[in-house]
This record gives sequence, structure tokens and C-alpha cells, in this order.
Amino acid sequence: MSLDLDVTLALPGFALTADFASTGAVTALFGRSGAGKTTLTALLTGHLRPDRGHIRLGSRVLVDTAAGIFVPPHRRRIGTVFQDGRLFPHLSVRTNLLYSTWFSRVASRHRLDEIVALLGLETLLGRMPAGLSGGEKQRVAIGRALLASPDLLVLDEPLAALDAARKAEILPYLELLRDRLNLPMVYVSHALDEVVRLADTLVLMEAGRVRAAGPIGEIMSRLDLGAGTGRTEAGAVLAARVEAIDPAYGLATLGFPGGRLRVPADRLAPGQEVRLHIRARDVAIALEAPQGLSILNALPAIIAEMAEDDGAVELRLTLGPNLLVARITRLSAETLGLRPGLAVHALVKSVAFDREVGADLS
Amino acid sequence: MLTPAEAAALSLSLKVGLWAVAGAMPVALALALLLARGRFRGRAILSALVYLPLVLPPVVTGYALLLLFGRHGPVGAWLEAWFGVVLGFRWTGAALAAAVMGLPLMVRAIQLSLEAVDPGLEQAASGLGAPRWAVFATITLPLALPGLLAAALLGFAKSLGEFGATITFVSNIPGETQTLPIAIYSLLQVPGGDAAILRLSLLSAAVSLAGVLAAELVAGRLRRRLAS
Repeated sequence: MSLDLDVTLALPGFALTADFASTGAVTALFGRSGAGKTTLTALLTGHLRPDRGHIRLGSRVLVDTAAGIFVPPHRRRIGTVFQDGRLFPHLSVRTNLLYSTWFSRVASRHRLDEIVALLGLETLLGRMPAGLSGGEKQRVAIGRALLASPDLLVLDEPLAALDAARKAEILPYLELLRDRLNLPMVYVSHALDEVVRLADTLVLMEAGRVRAAGPIGEIMSRLDLGAGTGRTEAGAVLAARVEAIDPAYGLATLGFPGGRLRVPADRLAPGQEVRLHIRARDVAIALEAPQGLSILNALPAIIAEMAEDDGAVELRLTLGPNLLVARITRLSAETLGLRPGLAVHALVKSVAFDREVGADLS
Repeated sequence: MLTPAEAAALSLSLKVGLWAVAGAMPVALALALLLARGRFRGRAILSALVYLPLVLPPVVTGYALLLLFGRHGPVGAWLEAWFGVVLGFRWTGAALAAAVMGLPLMVRAIQLSLEAVDPGLEQAASGLGAPRWAVFATITLPLALPGLLAAALLGFAKSLGEFGATITFVSNIPGETQTLPIAIYSLLQVPGGDAAILRLSLLSAAVSLAGVLAAELVAGRLRRRLAS
């Protein structure tokens, strides 16, 4: 299902202009607080009306100001999971979950017991929301949204109010939703690690505008967006497959179009699909295949683009169809005589997986 | 234990109080909704009008009711012609006077509880497919219930104590409009009624206390259910 959106809205002290289309399974709305993510979400769910524009979800027109169409929130079939859960405090967990069934004329796409099993809610059903932990509340909120049989699931900073341990508890469920249910999601977040782990399409918001939108690997490796994605986290996102495990050294070989990487095997299994996040600051450049170096991964690459940024130089490298970003000092760039079109070796010092927090490759 | 006259005053007071609260509740809820959620011109004027009986001398409110709702008043004549309802010098009029006097307190209590309902919960409900009326019935109203209960208690208590507007509007007719405070006032006008006055005063206090305690119990139970 596609989401196609082109709206403008002027609020006192804030103006939003957003225009993007996504066919991705998980579209991330990413940006700092105040970038307009929440306003855009409210436009999507129908709790705000745009001054001008349209929103289309698949074949349904939700808003079209020119045609005078505005579908009210309760008819949009967009499930929302909010940062604070927003469970109804006067209703039990079971009644919260079934709330949407009071108003829908058609049977839910999911059965209660199916959702309960998927999210592990068996022991919570009879309890009141006040007695639940933050993580439990979010799981119930996700289940409640799913039972409304939405065409789109909007997750509005669902992890922002949780501590690291609770985040780790919820993230696998979100991945499960992405992989099991054929339900498009919009994931609103200001945390890059969550976005990289879940999303395939990234919409980068900045000061009420869409700065860039597209496949996550492409957006993450764009040099001109470094400030938007956060300097220390900027880098490339690669989809790779575990090709082999070397039990003697505990290393796994990951293959992707354009190269191979060897990383600590940990819990990886042959054939597993993983998503890698390689930060620009973890990539060094060598002119020749390095000798006498502890770094395992040296990938042949071509310099596609160079940009100077605050005393450093950021390089966009092509490895076959994939992209890698490196951030090095200006001195190094000049000493090595780097220029676009030059063939180099990219030394990868560290990789972050979508399942593991990080793996040091030195 | 009670003389027939005292029993009549007590049951009349309870009847007037219950009808005053029952009649004022929908009006108070509608006004509280308008004041809590409405964005319209004249909101401040409406608010002032609602609170007027709180600051006016009760005798002035009673006189205004007499002018409007008396048998020759514009509203009173219309009510009698179309519905056969007579308010002047009847217990129904006493209930109206009590309702008008209690309305500001009831509106205030309900308005505060409506304003305390998280709009985020209402948004969540509409996102789950609930139309506006259903959001109100299943989310807003249940969450504002402690406020409605407080409003009912305040209205009832106000009604039990109401004197000035009632005696001005519907006078002092034993068995029809002579509520407990008016009965006490009547006894004060004749010598030798001290024992009866004391008894009726204690009775008033007991009824009020029972009402407050009952409401506290229910409110406590509601709060515990919602406590987070």
C-alpha cells in the first residue's frame, strides 16, 4: 500500500510543508523534536486539518482540500500507538483491546487471542492499565491498535518514554509486526538506532519541512544531510546476508552486493538477513590494500563524492550498487590526494547490526 | 418521633432536592461542556450568567423567578398553557428555585472535571473508530464521573439549605413549599418552639452529613479505580 501526502498547514508560530510518497513497509518520520513530526502525524490521523493539500492511502483519499474531502479520524482506519500509550484508565486491559470492536461493523482482521498471543498479553487481560509497567502498556496499546484492523499503523515515538531495558523489550515485537503482519507502518522517532533497525523508507524532517525522503540506505549516506541525521550517527545502511560462519575464530561472513564483511558471529546464523549500520566515523580510507593492520575489513570502493564539513571531509563511496560514507580529517584527505573517481579501500572499524547494538571489528 | 408536620417538611425537602438535582444535571452538564470545550463569542457572558445566582442576593433570584415563572410571567404562563405545568406556589417551583441556586456550583464541579480529562485519550478513542458521541459516552463522561457526582452532592446540599429564593418565589405553604429551613424559620416566628427548632436543625444536619458521607464513599471508590 502506498502513502502519498502533500500538505501545508500554518499554525501560530509554526508552519508545516510536507510532500512525500512512500510504498515502504515501514516509513520512518525522522527528525529532532520541533521538526514537525507530531503535526504531520496529527494531519495523517485527522486530528488536524491541512490548509491545503491531499493525503492518499492506497486507493483511499483521506484529505483533498481542492475536492472538499476530509475523512474524520474515526473513519480513517489508521491505528496509532502514542508515546504515552493512552490506555483508557477506566477500562480493563481486555476492554481496552476490544474497544474498537464496539464501533466496527465488520469483524476484526485479527482475533483477540491471536493478538494476545503475538504480544504476550495473556496475564494482563484482567488488569487495569494503572497497574501495568511502561513496556506492558505499550504492548497493550499496540494490540489495541491492531484489533481495529487498520490500513496503516502509526507509531508515534512509541519507545521514547521507556528506559533502555523496556525499549529492548518492545523492539522485537515491532520487528515481529513488520515481518508477520502485512501492515504498512509509519514510525515516528528522533532515535536513529530505532529507525535504522525498523524502517526501509526514511522521511527526514527539519523545521517544518521534509528535507529528504527515500530508501533509508540512500538517505543515510547522503553527505548533505549529515546535520539532519546527527553527525556522530551519520553513515550507511546495508542489507546483508550471513554467508558463512567460521566457528574456529567465531567470525561470520556477511555478503551484500558490492562486498563482504567479516564480523563476530555471536548469535548470527547462516542464511540470516541482517541490516547493518556503518557510521561514517567508523570508516577509514587506504589507497592500497592494507598490510600489517588489525582491521579485518578492507572493501574496495570508488569515491563518488566529497564534501567538506566543519574541518572534516565526508566521502561517499560506491561499492557496486551500495553506498558507504566515511568521515576523515581534511589533512588525511589532502595527504592521500583523494578526489572523486579514485579507487580506494574502505576500512570498516565497527558495524552496528539491527539486532545487536554494535560489533567492534578491530 | 417526628410530628406529621415535621415529617412532611423532611420528605418535601428530600423530594425538592432530588428533583432539583435531576432537573439541573443535564443543564449543568450542557453548560459545563460549552464552557469547558466551546470556543465561541459570548463565552464570558454565558459564564457570568451561569454564576450570577451565586453572587446575587437570593431574594433577588427568587423575585426574578417569580417575574419569569410565576403564573402571569412570560415563561410561567407559557408552561401552564402548553404543558399544564404550574410552578408558582407549588413544590415544583421550590425545586426550580433550588436548581437555579445550585446550578453554578454544579456547573463549576463538572467543568473542572471535564477540563481534567486528557484530550489525548479522546483522540485515541476516535482513532479506534469511535464517532464523537461515542467518545463522549465511553471516555469523557466516565472519566468525568467523579465530577458529576460531586456536582450532584453540591446541588443536593445547596437545595437542602436553600431558603431565600424559595420563600420569595413559592412562599411558605406547609406540605407544599415548606421545606426544612422554611419550617425552622416559621417556628422561629412563634414563641415556645425551641425544642422543635432544635429537632429540625439536628435533622437537617443529619441529612446533610449522610449525603456528604455517601458521596465521599462513592467518590473514593471511583478514584481508586482510576488511580495510576
